[in-house]
Amino acid sequence: MVFTIQVNNKKIRAEKGETILSALNRNGIIIPTLCRMKDFTPTGACRMCVVEVEGRDRLVTACSQPVEEWMKIKTHSPRVITARKTIVELLLSNHPDDCLYCDRNLDCELQRLAEELNISERRIRSKKIKPRLDQSSPAIVRELSKCILCGRCIRVCEEIITSTSIDFINKGKSTHVGPAMDRDFNFSSCIHCGQCVVVCPTAALHEKHNITEVQEYLNKPEILKVIQYSPLVPVGIAEELGIRYNRDFDRIINSVLRKIGFDKVFNTGTGTDICISELTDQLMERIENKADKPLYITACPAWVKYAEQFMPSVIPDLSTIKSPQQITGVLIKTLVAGQSAVKPEKIFSVSVTPCTAMKFEARRDGMMRKGISDVDAVLTIRELARLIRLYGIDVTNADQEPADEPMEGRSSVSAIAEVSGGLAEGVIRSAWFRISKTEAERQLFKKLRSGNSFREASFSIGEIEINVAVVDGLKGLEKLKASQAAGKRYDLIEVMTCPGGCINGAGLTFNGSKDEKKSRAKMIYQADESDAVSLPCKSPVLRNLYEKLIKENKEISDKKIFYTHFEKRNVLL
Amino acid sequence: MDDLKKFMIEKVLLFESDTLPAETEKVLQEVRREKTGFPVIYISSGTSSIIAGYEKTRSVIQAYIDDNALKASLIKVGCLGPANFEPLVCIHLPGKNKLYFRNITEEKVELLLNGVFHNDINEDDLAGQQGSHGFEMWSGIPFIEEMPFFARQKKIVMNNCGCYDPESIVEYIARNGFRAFAKAIRHYTFEEVCDIIERSGLRGRSGGGYLTGLKWKQALNTSSTSRYLICNAKESDPGAFTDRTLLESDPFRLIEGIAIASYAIGASNAIIFFRKGSEHARQIIQLAINKAREFGLLGHNIFSSGYNLDIVIRKEPGAFVCGEETALINTIEGRRGMPQLKPPFPTTSGLFSKPTVINNVETLMNVPVIMQNGPEWFRTLGTENSPGTKIFAIAGKGRMSGVVEVEMGTSVRTILEDIADGIKEGKEFKAIQVGGVSGSFITRDNLDMTIDFDVMKAKGIGMGAGGFVIIDENTCMVDLVRYYMEFMRNESCGKCIPCREGTGRMLEILESIIKKPLNEDSGTTLERFKGVMQLESIASVMKDTSLCGLGQTAPNPFLSALKNFREEFEEHIFDRKCRANICRGLRTFSIDVDKCTGCTACASKCPVNAIYGTRLQPFFIVEEKCTGCGICFDICKFSAITVK
Amino acid sequence: MYYISMVLMSTKIDLILKKYKPGRREDLIPMLQEIQDDSGYLSEEAIIRAGSFVGLSTTKIYGLATFYDQFRFLPAGKVQIKICNGTSCFLNGSQYVINKIMEETGLDPGQTGRDGIFSYEIETCMGGCNHGPVISVNGEYHTHIKADQLPELIKKLRYIIENE
Repeated sequence: MVFTIQVNNKKIRAEKGETILSALNRNGIIIPTLCRMKDFTPTGACRMCVVEVEGRDRLVTACSQPVEEWMKIKTHSPRVITARKTIVELLLSNHPDDCLYCDRNLDCELQRLAEELNISERRIRSKKIKPRLDQSSPAIVRELSKCILCGRCIRVCEEIITSTSIDFINKGKSTHVGPAMDRDFNFSSCIHCGQCVVVCPTAALHEKHNITEVQEYLNKPEILKVIQYSPLVPVGIAEELGIRYNRDFDRIINSVLRKIGFDKVFNTGTGTDICISELTDQLMERIENKADKPLYITACPAWVKYAEQFMPSVIPDLSTIKSPQQITGVLIKTLVAGQSAVKPEKIFSVSVTPCTAMKFEARRDGMMRKGISDVDAVLTIRELARLIRLYGIDVTNADQEPADEPMEGRSSVSAIAEVSGGLAEGVIRSAWFRISKTEAERQLFKKLRSGNSFREASFSIGEIEINVAVVDGLKGLEKLKASQAAGKRYDLIEVMTCPGGCINGAGLTFNGSKDEKKSRAKMIYQADESDAVSLPCKSPVLRNLYEKLIKENKEISDKKIFYTHFEKRNVLL
Repeated sequence: MDDLKKFMIEKVLLFESDTLPAETEKVLQEVRREKTGFPVIYISSGTSSIIAGYEKTRSVIQAYIDDNALKASLIKVGCLGPANFEPLVCIHLPGKNKLYFRNITEEKVELLLNGVFHNDINEDDLAGQQGSHGFEMWSGIPFIEEMPFFARQKKIVMNNCGCYDPESIVEYIARNGFRAFAKAIRHYTFEEVCDIIERSGLRGRSGGGYLTGLKWKQALNTSSTSRYLICNAKESDPGAFTDRTLLESDPFRLIEGIAIASYAIGASNAIIFFRKGSEHARQIIQLAINKAREFGLLGHNIFSSGYNLDIVIRKEPGAFVCGEETALINTIEGRRGMPQLKPPFPTTSGLFSKPTVINNVETLMNVPVIMQNGPEWFRTLGTENSPGTKIFAIAGKGRMSGVVEVEMGTSVRTILEDIADGIKEGKEFKAIQVGGVSGSFITRDNLDMTIDFDVMKAKGIGMGAGGFVIIDENTCMVDLVRYYMEFMRNESCGKCIPCREGTGRMLEILESIIKKPLNEDSGTTLERFKGVMQLESIASVMKDTSLCGLGQTAPNPFLSALKNFREEFEEHIFDRKCRANICRGLRTFSIDVDKCTGCTACASKCPVNAIYGTRLQPFFIVEEKCTGCGICFDICKFSAITVK
Repeated sequence: MYYISMVLMSTKIDLILKKYKPGRREDLIPMLQEIQDDSGYLSEEAIIRAGSFVGLSTTKIYGLATFYDQFRFLPAGKVQIKICNGTSCFLNGSQYVINKIMEETGLDPGQTGRDGIFSYEIETCMGGCNHGPVISVNGEYHTHIKADQLPELIKKLRYIIENE
């Protein structure tokens, strides 16, 4: 039912059942919010969205109050503005105020609110909150003094990621957000997915920076500086730098990275191709042996940690293939080292990803051989953008260059692997091609590409039938378990921690709207339609690697270095 | 015992007529100990009595009875009301009026009992005799019911308090108990019970004053198949102890009230939510629930009516805020006790998302009385829109203190001057604080205000749950407001910003008013003034925007004190003076040269080294350095240090 | 010795958990209360066990338990003092009593000293409004307490514990 309500003495249309906030937003009136997150039930914690409703004693929170026909609302009356302003002033009264040094300077919701509400004087004064810094995690830093206790991180961690690694601790003035027993992050069940970082309005939670370390090595002449970037990086960098992305940017990025000072630039997509190709081998082998249990595949280190903690029973079925980043990493430390005649310890290998958990993965046990890490430093896309700005590189005026051999290119499906369902699609399409020697129709994969947090599809390749399940965001695990409990059997199960996959990773720009995130996926799918090299087996780069370089290198010819091991983890769950 | 139980159930509870036959009444009289051939000694046993030394007194009395081989019984009863009379002992000699003795600590027992049993009554300990029909009165002994403390009260809800053994269900039934419940489940429908309560005009006694019957109907008129009743016995306001006293003194009436209320809303699960400190009350209630279950008053298919009810007890784990309805529900569900957005209201979606009615103890204890006497009778009590009585816990500086029940419409002055008998030690009256930590002050100007939801609301004063704290001239209002604010700051759940940060900032500003900073330069003075100017605006934003009642009402004591005692605030801020001499930080100390012996005791203990001097010569205090902590004042053996 | 006490505690927790049905969140608080009544505090093990019993993460249990004043995560002292800070006791000077206890024991409310002798808590109202300030020492009430009585009381209590 549609009716009109009166807002600021003007009539606007509202629908029965919607909140005041949604009616206002649809009618072009912006109300500030802090604790609100789209698609979550409102908690009413921040009180920023208060409006005046005639006939009510107190101000009303627009985010939660349903509209009613009789309502006369004032959204920016002096009373409302004073209230909002005072709330922000109260938050600022004991805030550390180190904006200039803050990770979220110029990109902070609290800062923006203070500016929007025209706060120019400190009227309420209090002692600064004692700084408390938790840098124990390889991926996420917790700065409690900057936390405004909106609770968004807690809700994401519990309701979306389902790992429930953080919660409010204590009450009242000593409330803070932290893991179990108020320990540091490294002891906790945190899976480093970084979704909390994405929703944090301030810098209370942010990724651990490796820029300084990278800079330091960039200045060492005796070191071979190598960088790899995941297929999503060109898109992500364009977004973060505020320029329109087009396909040329996939080549511009190479020259930009070289300008920063990297000697060699590789495409992580080559690693993805290897990953898909190895997984296809595994799947085919399982099908041949008529294996009873499903093969769990993933490129997501956060899910791996989740499984190690919460679902150790799936570890035997979890493919032990390393992630594309690590595969590319080992190839750099072996093949590239050999080609360039540099000792592996003289290579500094950096990876750029849209993910925070990759920082954790690079530090995992089993990601190191003879004391040499597969990957030395992991940067998020945001960090790389900082590096580009720091080195004063004008991206719009950079040349197009190819990446370096031997990992200079990738198949289009390797980019799809960064969207939820993509890795499974890649493996099935490869298997399809191997069995039937023709490419599978893209339409067949529609069911895997979008939908709920749990998707399933069945593929018939000749006489073989393959049941595939895709868990898009860990919330879907519940449905997977329920489906399995009901007797459904799967051959291949792909799990991604972040809803939507890496395109919603925590290393991408903060301001990405939902549309931007959708367009990330769309661009990847479009590229796949037109690219000639659609599958790993069609990739000349991969053929060269497999048939020549890897085969001829005794150290790696058994491909053992592409595999690692996973085991049950003892953390406070 | 089983015979008595059977008798009580069949001949009393299930008896079809309202008037019982004479032979039944006779048995009940015996149960009520109205006719006994031997002396009965009653001793009050509430928390207040326990703190005052009930345990010791009781054991000494028991020893006295045993040693002298007396044929007398010692019965512990609930609390009669006057807390300053505890331990209160009542002696009932056969055929004579009951005698009440106050403050009977263990050492007084022997003398007292010797006296009473040998007709030589010690007047000092005597509170008075209680006149009852058919008993011989004591000559020359005043009647306690004529004491203003009792005379001005109207005991409706509390009429059993202090009269029977709270562990004896039989005594409760003999006092007309559980008959209303037995009647309700057998003869009334859910709607009819709701109707009766709605017609009685009973309003929630927890402060808001919402019509209880209406609240019940809202829950009843939902389509849900299961509903819950929660008795909120949280009462964690500092200085309020009405619920605790009621629970300890008349637990069965609460059970009956809960049972009727649960029946009225069609709930078969009721929960009593206890505060964590009331261990004694909890034990009594648990015992009462067990007894009621034994008598078939709780459980499956009660009295073959087809109605099931179970009551469970939940101990509050210690958070003031979980007295708020939604926070309370969260706590029972096993979550952090943080309030939630309303709507939905608990009556539509409460505990486990089922319709839930939350009533406080006093409200529920009114229910059996209304069911017994009818809504019309209840309407004759109190005022038009606030029928019935209200129970207050008088505390603070009154001469009398304790739990009292007054008819609605009684003036505050009556409670202060008659019931509480004025101010202790002849001090000047300053204010009365009602409504607990989030309440307001009643000043001299408002003393003639009557106790009535609407009258008080019109004056901007919330009735609250029953706190009634009398404040005299020796109390500093700024310090008192700071105390309330500190309480609120500690108890804020931390969820919404205005409350969490607001209480903290307000407390800090109030603290800056009552403390002397170590090095006050012009800058910090300016800061202090700036802070003071923000107090009111923070307070009004907190009231306007906080999520739950705690934050919305947290500034009340401050705003009320500022309205009524502005000059005290100004004195503190501008003159740096505290007229009640409470704010230690503002005191100036000096050393009387004539009295000082130069012992150095003060100088060695001064935490800021503000005292100088030569040994055996008079010392002096450097005022600029002094923080006013008062350690020197306490330590000086020669009273040489003076305070201004 | 340490090991034995750990095993003992573990079986004690088991005994308590047995009384409840697994997976019911609403039983969580009563369960924790019972464990605390039994062992005086919530050990890390108790929190983990209660969590897996109800099917919640330790994070949630810890977050919940820290919200409420009742729960403590370290053993209480041998002498447990409770100080009433209700309005009535406040008007009669409970603040001085609290400050004095703080000074004498060197502890904050809820803390336990390294020697394990004292711990104290501040109660909102103990119900002895007419006898304030009221404190209770291991359950025994002391009424009309004045700050200057405390040093001697504390000294006496310390002496008793140390010479037990």
